[in-house]
Amino acid sequence: MEDILSLSAVELSAAIKEGKTTAVEAMQAVLSKIEEVEKEINAYVTIDKEGALKKAEEVQKKIEAGELSGPLAGVPVAIKDNMCTEGVLTTCSSKILNNFIPTFSAEAVINLEKAGVVMIGKTNMDEFAMGSTTETSAYGVTKNPRNTEHVPGGSSGGSAAAVAANECFFALGSDTGGSIRQPASYCGVVGLKPTYGTVSRYGLIAYGSSLDQIGPITKNVADCATVLEVITSYDKKDSTSIDRKDTDFTSALVDDVKGMRIGIPRDYFGEGLDEEVKNAVLAAAKEFEKKGAIVEEFDLSLVSYAIPTYYTIAAAEASSNLERFDGIKYGYRAADAEGLHNMYKKTRSEGFGPEVKRRIMLGSFVLSSGYYDAYYLKALRVKAMIRKAFDEAFEKYDIILGPVAPTTAPKLGQSLSDPIKMYLGDIYTISANLAGIPGISLPCGKDANGLPIGMQMLANSFEEKKLIQAAYTYEKGTV
Amino acid sequence: MAKQYETVIGLEVHVELATKTKIFCGCSTAFGGAPNTHTCPVCTGMPGSLPVLNKQVVEYAVAVGLATNCTITQYCKFDRKNYFYPDNPQNYQISQLYLPICRNGHVEIETENGKKSVGIHEIHMEEDAGKLIHDEWEDCSLVDYNRSGVPLIEIVSEPDMRSAEEVIAYLEKLRMTIQYLGASDCKLNEGSMRADVNISVREVGAKEFGTRTEMKNLNSFRAIQHAIEGERERQIELLESGKEVIQETRRWDDAKEYSYAMRSKEDAQDYRYFPDPDLVPVFISDEWIAKIKENQPEFREKKMVRYKEEYDIPEYDIGIITDSKHMADIFEETVAICKQPKKVSNWLMGETLRLLKEKSMDPEDILFSPENLAKLIALVDSKAINSSVAKEVFEVMFAQNVDPEKYVEEKGLKTVNDEGALRKTVEEVIAANPQSVEDYRNGKEKAIGFLVGQTMKAMKGKADPGMVNQLLKELL
Amino acid sequence: MSNIISDETIEYVGILAKLELSDEEKEQAKKDMGSMLDYIDQLNELDTTGIEPMSHVFPVQNVFREDIVTNGDESEKTLKNAPGEKDNMFMVPRTFD
Repeated sequence: MEDILSLSAVELSAAIKEGKTTAVEAMQAVLSKIEEVEKEINAYVTIDKEGALKKAEEVQKKIEAGELSGPLAGVPVAIKDNMCTEGVLTTCSSKILNNFIPTFSAEAVINLEKAGVVMIGKTNMDEFAMGSTTETSAYGVTKNPRNTEHVPGGSSGGSAAAVAANECFFALGSDTGGSIRQPASYCGVVGLKPTYGTVSRYGLIAYGSSLDQIGPITKNVADCATVLEVITSYDKKDSTSIDRKDTDFTSALVDDVKGMRIGIPRDYFGEGLDEEVKNAVLAAAKEFEKKGAIVEEFDLSLVSYAIPTYYTIAAAEASSNLERFDGIKYGYRAADAEGLHNMYKKTRSEGFGPEVKRRIMLGSFVLSSGYYDAYYLKALRVKAMIRKAFDEAFEKYDIILGPVAPTTAPKLGQSLSDPIKMYLGDIYTISANLAGIPGISLPCGKDANGLPIGMQMLANSFEEKKLIQAAYTYEKGTV
Repeated sequence: MAKQYETVIGLEVHVELATKTKIFCGCSTAFGGAPNTHTCPVCTGMPGSLPVLNKQVVEYAVAVGLATNCTITQYCKFDRKNYFYPDNPQNYQISQLYLPICRNGHVEIETENGKKSVGIHEIHMEEDAGKLIHDEWEDCSLVDYNRSGVPLIEIVSEPDMRSAEEVIAYLEKLRMTIQYLGASDCKLNEGSMRADVNISVREVGAKEFGTRTEMKNLNSFRAIQHAIEGERERQIELLESGKEVIQETRRWDDAKEYSYAMRSKEDAQDYRYFPDPDLVPVFISDEWIAKIKENQPEFREKKMVRYKEEYDIPEYDIGIITDSKHMADIFEETVAICKQPKKVSNWLMGETLRLLKEKSMDPEDILFSPENLAKLIALVDSKAINSSVAKEVFEVMFAQNVDPEKYVEEKGLKTVNDEGALRKTVEEVIAANPQSVEDYRNGKEKAIGFLVGQTMKAMKGKADPGMVNQLLKELL
Repeated sequence: MSNIISDETIEYVGILAKLELSDEEKEQAKKDMGSMLDYIDQLNELDTTGIEPMSHVFPVQNVFREDIVTNGDESEKTLKNAPGEKDNMFMVPRTFD
């Protein structure tokens, strides 16, 4: 079959089931695309070529035997390298896990496997998901396939780049402060962060446990809904997993926004927002209006406080979550250490990169004796206020529409020098993680340099269907 | 005149709960597995693993809290205690700081100086650490995570104790209460009950507490007593010589009978506690508490009163039997079968205690079943075996819980009641011991005892001594 | 910068976090942490009196396991990635003297 790579994930699976192509052919096509572009893009940390082909053969047989009939059967997927994959190197793009082979797979990965999805390999990311450019990886930077002088965004930059470069049919990312939505926006693909507790975190190597969610990065909205439906599950191994009943997300692939109330927060369109991004998002709002949605501006309070709140909470949790990397049970261990504490310090100082160390130091400090109340508890209180502000907004609106990021993808090497400036780039995405609500990022145009612009829609907890329906409607109108 | 000092003691008691599985994963808590055979990603801190709370841990903790008059924190949470050590695989221990499950309790203790109430500040749930073994050969340490994640409760007392005697009475009281609940076997020597002792001294009459030290590694009542006495002396000496007591953690070396400070500049003692985001809060409803309360056993005090009313056995025996819930259970169940409290008590107070002591076992380790003890008593009652055979059988029953009826049958230990056979043996004994026969006939009543003994020996013990006596008298 | 981070603080946090920073890294860390804390101090503009700290966004509670053994001997997996191993245990630098 020609031009197999132009198919969406759902289209590919249908073509395989119709006998127009096979899972193996699809995998081969992806692998040769990888061969062609990976040297330039560097979307992957690990490519399991042999395993992928073998698995594709097995899956093909099962499809032919009628044992696998799901909407994603036979589709090659890329998995962010912070999800455990049994028998396959999992590094979190860190030197400290340079040799770690998990003995179990993340629940979300298992759900994909059960659906007949075949893993190609593991995608590059900011080290331990800390960053917004995929430049903090210990395994080299990933470049934006739309323009390789620019970053793909982060932290799921490898996943977004792999989707944009046709190095996979879809990918899984994880989102702690925008790490799915922002790279999806920079790379011109669709990314969704589900409601906290929707996708099991079991097997996701934690960064900020109360904020982390796994979600899909896909070529279009239909794929996004389909993947979300497959990876959603109530998992008794994850105490924060939620037993949801309304998980037939594909039923929301309806071309209709009539009567939908869409709020545009003025606070999201103020200082710091690139003019081109602003115009593209506002143009999208107009599209919705044209299709019958009720669009109005409103004030969502506390927006600027989301960033300091987020960095306090995420750093605190991260400082604790990353304590287990100590050179004893797995991963990197520094050579020639003198005694236990020196071994700990050398291992961790050599194993972690600068951004990870920066956040561990900050997190350890805000939890330390005498500062816990002033910093950590204060942040948890503001988090409650932010959540309340969203509750109030969702009394009036079905959806909050705004930009994903203040700019399009910056050039490589421009972001890391000033951490605070970099953190400011997360301003629109971060509050969804604090409030636990779902958010979707989808392309809504390009800037003068041809770089993709993304818009973000947020909905109340458990209302992914509204996001999917609005996004699908928008996509229909523009494609 | 020399100053008079008072010792002020508070205890942090860790108790390993008797759950089948660990606190946050489905690994077994059984003792004695080969290293790391009771481990999984959760209890070894593998990346991506997540904890899920064992419900039974909450139930046991609430049960202990209710039994020690605590207020149950109906909305409680787990916190992470962050510190690096190889026995702690995540380098944080999941524990409770901000909202411990039980608070503000107390227990009554009794010493030679009378009764007293010891306050319980709080009880919290937490996970145990793994085991570190020192390897001299390689000059390194080795870690086994089999114990990692075994559920513990930590019972923190108020600084209400003033002597080693009170400390031991308090520990005995906790042990008894918790054993009665079946929440733990509470063995100090095996580490299922561990006590850290906070000690300070102050002048008698002083209102403020002195600076305290925390003593760790106390594995027996003897060690606790010696450590308290030693630390009291050490602190008094410091104060007398104008020095200050430093607040620190000290480790007791039981062999050398002294303690030393556990200090390290790498040990900042700043645990950065914060609520564990991987675990959700625990809400303990009134209904749940009521249900746990309903299932509480009859505790020792009530049991003692009831025994006094129901059974005609000495108060001393009641004290010993009820000291162990297991022993009390055996007593009650055996009495229920054989209806002879006095005889059951005798077996427990006599042979059972003797063998427990001889084999240095706890009453909790008693193996034999009430059914078998009742059968043994019946065998003696029916004169099927005599008392010395009964003791022999008991020893085997104590070791292996054999069925005494079957055992007596198999080993042919039944008393010979065939008068013909007995008469023949007695005649032989009389013939073989003319001197004793002579003595008896000359009025030495005691000589008959020797002849009885000889007959029993010839019968290999399987005769009824009364019957032998009767026959001898008849034939002489 | 209103938050001035001292050498002692960086040293202390390094001990807590088990990180050993070079002199250069220490200077950078002092600067970074100071400016982050200045930034975080913005939160003090908000009056949070009477607001409960929110650790979990959803009021989910009482998620339990039953007390049933589900895991067998997984020691091989447990030790699979160990940098140092002896006698089925993890080998670490000596922990006490």
